[in-house]
Amino acid sequence: MTADAPGTDGAPLLVLDGVTKSFGAVAALRGVHLALHSGEAHALVGENGAGKSTLVKILAGAHAPDAGAMTLDGQPLRLRGPADARAAGIAVIYQEPTLFPDLSVAENIFMGRQPLRGLRRIDTTAMNRDAERLFQRLGVRIDPTRPARGLSIADQQLVEIAKAISFDARVLVMDEPTAALSGVEVERLFAVARSLCEHGAAVLFISHRFNEVFDLCHRVTVLRDGAWVSSDRATDLTVDEVVRRMVGRDVASLYPKQDAELRDTLLEVRGLTRAGVFTDVSFSVRGGEIVALAGLVGAGRSEVARAVFGVDRYDAGEVLVAGRAVPAGNPGRAIAAGMALVPEDRRQQGLVMELSVERNATLARRRALSRLGLLLGAAERAEARHWTRRLQVKTSRLGAPVATLSGGNQQKVVLAKWLATEPRVLIIDEPTRGIDVGTKSEVHRLLSELAGEGLAILMISSELPEVLGMADRVLVMHEGRLVRELPRDEADETSIMFAATGQGATA
Amino acid sequence: MAHDSLYAAPPTAEAEPGAGRLASLRGLLGSWDVAVVAALVVAVLVASLTVENFATGRNAQFLLLDLVPLALIALPMTLIVITGEIDLSVASMVGLCSTLMGQLWLSSGLSLELICVLVVLLGAVLGAVNGLFVTGFGLPSLAVTIGTLALYRGLSFVVLGDQAVADFPADWTAAVVRTIPGTSIPVVVVPLLVLAVIFGVVLHATAAGRALYAIGNNDQAATFTGVSVARTKFWLFVVSGAVCGLVGILWTLRYASARGDNATGLELTVVTAVLLGGVSIFGGRGALLGVLAGVLLLGVLRNALQLADVDANALTIVTGTLLIASVVLPNAVADVRARLHRRRQRHPAAS
Amino acid sequence: MSLTDAGAPERAAGNAPSDPGRQRRGLTERLLAVRELSLLIALGLLVLVTTVRNDRFLSGQSVKDLLLGCAILVILAVGQTLVIITRNVDLSVGSILGLVAFATGSLFLSAPGTPWPVALVVGVALGALCGAVNGGLIAVARVPALVITLGTLYAFRGIDYYWASGSQINAADMPPSFLRLGNQTVLGVPVLFLVALVVVAVVGFYLRSYRSGRELYAIGSEPAAARLSGIPVGRRVFAVFVASGAFAGLAGVLYAARFGTLDAAAGTGLELQVVAAAVVGGVAIFGGSGSAYGAALGAVLLTTIGSSLAVLRIDPFWQQAVVGALILAAIGLDRVLALRVAARLRGRSAHGA
Repeated sequence: MTADAPGTDGAPLLVLDGVTKSFGAVAALRGVHLALHSGEAHALVGENGAGKSTLVKILAGAHAPDAGAMTLDGQPLRLRGPADARAAGIAVIYQEPTLFPDLSVAENIFMGRQPLRGLRRIDTTAMNRDAERLFQRLGVRIDPTRPARGLSIADQQLVEIAKAISFDARVLVMDEPTAALSGVEVERLFAVARSLCEHGAAVLFISHRFNEVFDLCHRVTVLRDGAWVSSDRATDLTVDEVVRRMVGRDVASLYPKQDAELRDTLLEVRGLTRAGVFTDVSFSVRGGEIVALAGLVGAGRSEVARAVFGVDRYDAGEVLVAGRAVPAGNPGRAIAAGMALVPEDRRQQGLVMELSVERNATLARRRALSRLGLLLGAAERAEARHWTRRLQVKTSRLGAPVATLSGGNQQKVVLAKWLATEPRVLIIDEPTRGIDVGTKSEVHRLLSELAGEGLAILMISSELPEVLGMADRVLVMHEGRLVRELPRDEADETSIMFAATGQGATA
Repeated sequence: MAHDSLYAAPPTAEAEPGAGRLASLRGLLGSWDVAVVAALVVAVLVASLTVENFATGRNAQFLLLDLVPLALIALPMTLIVITGEIDLSVASMVGLCSTLMGQLWLSSGLSLELICVLVVLLGAVLGAVNGLFVTGFGLPSLAVTIGTLALYRGLSFVVLGDQAVADFPADWTAAVVRTIPGTSIPVVVVPLLVLAVIFGVVLHATAAGRALYAIGNNDQAATFTGVSVARTKFWLFVVSGAVCGLVGILWTLRYASARGDNATGLELTVVTAVLLGGVSIFGGRGALLGVLAGVLLLGVLRNALQLADVDANALTIVTGTLLIASVVLPNAVADVRARLHRRRQRHPAAS
Repeated sequence: MSLTDAGAPERAAGNAPSDPGRQRRGLTERLLAVRELSLLIALGLLVLVTTVRNDRFLSGQSVKDLLLGCAILVILAVGQTLVIITRNVDLSVGSILGLVAFATGSLFLSAPGTPWPVALVVGVALGALCGAVNGGLIAVARVPALVITLGTLYAFRGIDYYWASGSQINAADMPPSFLRLGNQTVLGVPVLFLVALVVVAVVGFYLRSYRSGRELYAIGSEPAAARLSGIPVGRRVFAVFVASGAFAGLAGVLYAARFGTLDAAAGTGLELQVVAAAVVGGVAIFGGSGSAYGAALGAVLLTTIGSSLAVLRIDPFWQQAVVGALILAAIGLDRVLALRVAARLRGRSAHGA
């Protein structure tokens, strides 16, 4: 179990002091302090959006902080790029693996640092052997000579881990490395991390899984809304206390879901299965109801939404809108059936960033707005104006590229695009991700209003306060399965968090 | 990345600096059409004043006759490039359609009208093969159409060898070069204009056109909006093939000769004209007006310099320089603007 | 204390009972080897069938012609491989070849006493300069290399024509020692082909055995990840275009030596043949995989097809069609193979976990 934090009294190895980073108008990190000591495993926890990944990117040299200082061994540390971070001895395991699919596993691990022999040639034999050793240490069996293409996510993550520990690194940053790993693999990883600590390295561990945090880490730092909340010895904390600090705000006033009259079932999903992604997911949503789909990142929530909407295919199960089956794998038919999906990733899936606000707002309605096959600017403009007004999109003009809008207004444009199709079922994935507080409550009021008008709303959200404030019912997913269903009055932070981390999974 | 939702760090991180550049780029490219049209006007004026014989009806006739095939192929090429793909096999499709027309005329005994219909259909089939490889098998269009470039050109030599079929009826070959009575504008400009209007309307004023831009900018977002990306691209390649069939007919009649090497190398000129016209090779951006102006600009410059006794082959310098300038300039200007902007921002802070 | 030190005791104590790297070639390499082997088999079959039909196909003169014929294409294809591996393409090689060939001729014309090694160096340097122009423009414009090199394809060719202005350089204008370079043989193998072999060996070795060579694959395989792992992407891509230009320059000099008669049209349209050779040779058009050996074999195969068709008395007009079909077959086959290998590897890792 948790050892006493070693060496926390001595001079820290790596210090972040008042690190601040903004992206446009949004502050991702506000004056964050963090001290990593040699030989300690340090957990960084926080809700989705608390700024953890931004912190990781700064440590990796991928982002430069706007303000604040970093020191390594008491020396000022300036990272101008990922190469600098490596040279300084900081290794990062990203949440999303960054491998070269065409190259062999061993090369992925040692790219740029391959062992050499005469004439500065790469010593492939030594490289494969070293890779093999790394895998032995991790206790996994991956052929170092096979290409990285086709590795499972878990194996990719293991290669990343092998890469990081192969470094001459003194600070190891792990951004949710365990999300895709099995229990045995996690144990192996922790054994390696502990042995690194014993040899004087510092490990920064980011995870949503509290049992892992308490299992591995000596100290725990909590971030909330980009700001530092606390750093304590793990032994002084409990899971409840950490959750309270992570959430730590007034929930009730922000999220005004009005009670709406519940009508007929509009969306029904039966036994939906996509091999290796989610299994046997069944639920229904009635008109006037907001059902939240909660769970950790990677639990399969967005994947369910994509399959329901037909973007991805599924292996088994069916989807019904108002009692009629919707054909699989065809978003066009889903739209025709009255479904709309506001996707998770606004930039990649929701918007065509280079096109104007107007074009984006009317993209899903482009056929309906045509007269005799012609789509005239006037019809689009009228439609776009109507919806951007209703949603109070703030833009200089409708012809402005949507990329120039703030995150909140971009999200409103996505909403406008889908509301314009007059859907009966609205699936909305992370409705307020990356938008400011004011716009957030506008979006919430709007969702409440839409439910009042009789829409069935399935809301995926990683933000607990939002889930608790908005949802009539909460479905919790864990590792591809629906594990809990909580009516509004039984749902609270702890019950959801426990189910989502796979602890109270008794449904 | 996925979990830092509230402040959307990575997305906005790229959005903000990028958005600034995009906006200024867009401002530039929005006016790129206008710039190309202006350059065209200037080129015509200067050439008329300084180059002997440029501003004559006869020259205009031949200038336009030369440009019609280029302009015709540029129409579907514009749409294809806007969706982020490319079709390098166009000139070979013209060649194959031309030799097939010759072979059919030589040996089938069919009427020329029927042969023309068949040739356009054949072009569509050739395009469908491209489309099938690209959308059905998921192969990169660049590689596929380099392959069919060689294949179709090879087949056009197989059809006729190094022979040429030249005995087309004189009234047909004369019809193609005839001008509209009272003007020096060739009649073939009329079908070009008709097609240009159709393509322009489809691209700029229909649901399908909106989908093309969406696909080119972000095919994921397009899919999420119910656009069938693969099917759309497939039909674009088919249309490209059919237009090449039509150009094959015009080319054959214009030169009264069906030969295996007809229109060799035309594909690169077409791509140049399209890019010069402001269509982004990344897809998602561009307009048909700019492309047509680009085609004309290319033609006018080459024609004028040729009349001014510059070696015809050396004129490729003009083509190349224009193409490079059209992609380097917008970026360079955006960079300078961004630098000035930053300096302006820094200045008050410093003082 | 460093993290690798943490593993040091193990390494020191490790007697490494199973040493996979030593016992067999890596799976990644084997997959590549499969591709090269299948090309060799195709080539062998082609030669065999042709020889059975006409035994003069393997006569000394015929083989010499064949090797002579493919040398220049091989050099260009190897240069192109460097570029394509980084997810770029260089369409200007045909024009660079033409320009350098004409420059070489002009050099001899204006300074008749120039020793041929000087001409060689000048030609390669001119090619490298053209490549630097490509690389520089790509860095400035931040647009795909396709567009820039399409532009320089025209520009270099135009300069060539402008310079030549209709004139022609004849073999009589060049020193005999230089022309011998183009036709001489060593033990029956043309010098030109030996030069090509050296180029293939050097580049193939470099790509496989040097860090910067492997980084080219990394860049083409996943540019974003390459940046994150600190690879100097911009510098490498620039260098690759300089190298491609230099190889085109070398090919230009050899072209001049081989044909003697030069006008500004030398090498026109060669660029697509070069890309075709690389693609047939298994170099993925979207970067990240392929080898110089494969590309060279692709070039040899394309050239041999041309010769065999003539020997087999198949209408030579079929040649280009066959090349086209071969390209389509090659990329289609690659796609099928990639899908199958991916499926198999997935299955394997599912069981292994």
